[in-house]
Amino acid sequence: MNPALSLRKFVLGTGLVVLLLLPILATVAGDPYLITLFSRILIYALAAVSLDLIIGYGGMVSLGHAAFVGIGAYVVGILAFHMQDGSALASWPFELQSSNAVLVVWPAAILISASMAALIGAVSLRTRGMQFIMITLAFAQMLFYLAVSLEVYGGDDGISLWSRNELPLIDLGDDRAFYYICLICLLIFLYLSDRLVFSRFGRVVRGAKVNELRMQSLGFPTYRYKLVCFSIAGAGAGLAGVLMANQSEFVSPSLLHWTHSGELIVMVLLGGMGTLIGPVLGAAAMLLMEEVLSAYTEHWMVFLGPFLIFVVLFAKRGIYGWLSGTGVESE
Amino acid sequence: MSELLLETVNLEKRFGAVQASKNLSLRIASGEVHALIGPNGAGKTTVIKQLAGEIRPDSGAIRFDGREITYLPADVRARLGIARSFQITSVFQPLTVEENVSLAVQAHKGHSFRFWRPAAQEPQLVLPARWALERVGLEGRSRVPAAHLSHGERRQLEVGMALAGNPKLLLLDEPMAGMGPGGTVKMTELIMGLKRSLTIVLVEHDMKAVFQLADRITVLVYGEPIATGTPEQIRINPDVRRAYLGDEQA
Repeated sequence: MNPALSLRKFVLGTGLVVLLLLPILATVAGDPYLITLFSRILIYALAAVSLDLIIGYGGMVSLGHAAFVGIGAYVVGILAFHMQDGSALASWPFELQSSNAVLVVWPAAILISASMAALIGAVSLRTRGMQFIMITLAFAQMLFYLAVSLEVYGGDDGISLWSRNELPLIDLGDDRAFYYICLICLLIFLYLSDRLVFSRFGRVVRGAKVNELRMQSLGFPTYRYKLVCFSIAGAGAGLAGVLMANQSEFVSPSLLHWTHSGELIVMVLLGGMGTLIGPVLGAAAMLLMEEVLSAYTEHWMVFLGPFLIFVVLFAKRGIYGWLSGTGVESE
Repeated sequence: MSELLLETVNLEKRFGAVQASKNLSLRIASGEVHALIGPNGAGKTTVIKQLAGEIRPDSGAIRFDGREITYLPADVRARLGIARSFQITSVFQPLTVEENVSLAVQAHKGHSFRFWRPAAQEPQLVLPARWALERVGLEGRSRVPAAHLSHGERRQLEVGMALAGNPKLLLLDEPMAGMGPGGTVKMTELIMGLKRSLTIVLVEHDMKAVFQLADRITVLVYGEPIATGTPEQIRINPDVRRAYLGDEQA
């Protein structure tokens, strides 16, 4: 077996064991805050992996990915608001009551995020390169200002949730249970993405990144494949938004802000673009650095900047490429 | 001559002040190797692009296999049976030779909204890919990443990808570009081996290869065909001699 492959397995295996045992380790260490921190890491990892599907595999550099995170979060927030208010979600054309059940709220949120991604993607994917970056940014900012203008739902201040969504048998209010839900969501999404990347569909999307014109001359209508990929990424981001809203029990427009999209891109670049594990590592590295450095100084970004430059310059495939010894471009 | 496969009627294409195609009418029979020659800037690649659907003519019509295709996009034409190789090699560098060709096969095996099975393990894709690699003499290099191929091998792969979908019409845009004498001979043999099994439109600068391979030749000057005929007819055509000699001695 080649050494890069076994090193990679070692890194993956160790990471998985640490993540599985984390709530126990945190309890033993007497620091339950670690569970919250790592829940956040898992959620951001999910968002970053979904973004890497379009940036790293599809070559679609979107600067509006946080919009779908925000939509997912707002679906949770708005439904919770109506539950707390006791008011109906809609009264016309038919009476629609709100819900607090995971099995209703989460699929709805994912579906709405994916549909919005399909709409935004349908327009944006008619452009490429710099124009694509700008148009996705513009759409996301439109949604950001829409969220700010929703006075009913707190406008600038957002919505505070009284409790997390409800699941039969499992109490999501318990941080350990919630942590494992986040872990399961991430692992499922990673597994599905792994299948997707190497399937026929994934090959078309990756081919379109390398040379779209050539893909078309081979006979692939690339637009529709890229659009579906964009929607799948939107669904993943929506799920991340759902988890974020539940984790912090708070939803605000800042989730949709373009700087939030920028953070997700940094995580992807830092961890390793075009890999699935890379964005997970990137999310972990960034949030841990923020956590540690911000204890010393509020200007922790001053340290993150040089570190990012260092990684981008010296590790071609980010932290993951450096760890697994596949710094060079490889299939 | 046997039945007509491809016909263009009065194609016109302008890029600003440049007339890239003018009054361009071609009639290409099934099974024919038809070469397009002409001095640099004669608009040969522009013709290939219009046939492949990458650019649209300003006016005129293209008919393929009894069907009007003038405004069909490139991917639809590819699935109808028009394959093309590129002047500048554009194989997928990170993929292996076999993956490159099986990707080309995939385009002709229904839609690709299949999210689960690893494509690299589908015999439906891999077997036709191997067959195409044998046709271009690359079967021994199937596991090598395309990035590691020699220039000549990449040109072979380029043709292999075009063949993978079993096209009716093959558009070859300078398949010998940048090759040494050995490579040119090899590529000429390869194309010779394809003759009759499909129809080929060949753009090439290597006159020796063109006269060896082509059944008929069309000479373009400033986007306009000045002569069409067998290699013998073209060789003795006074207009062609003037266009070529004038160009080369200038």
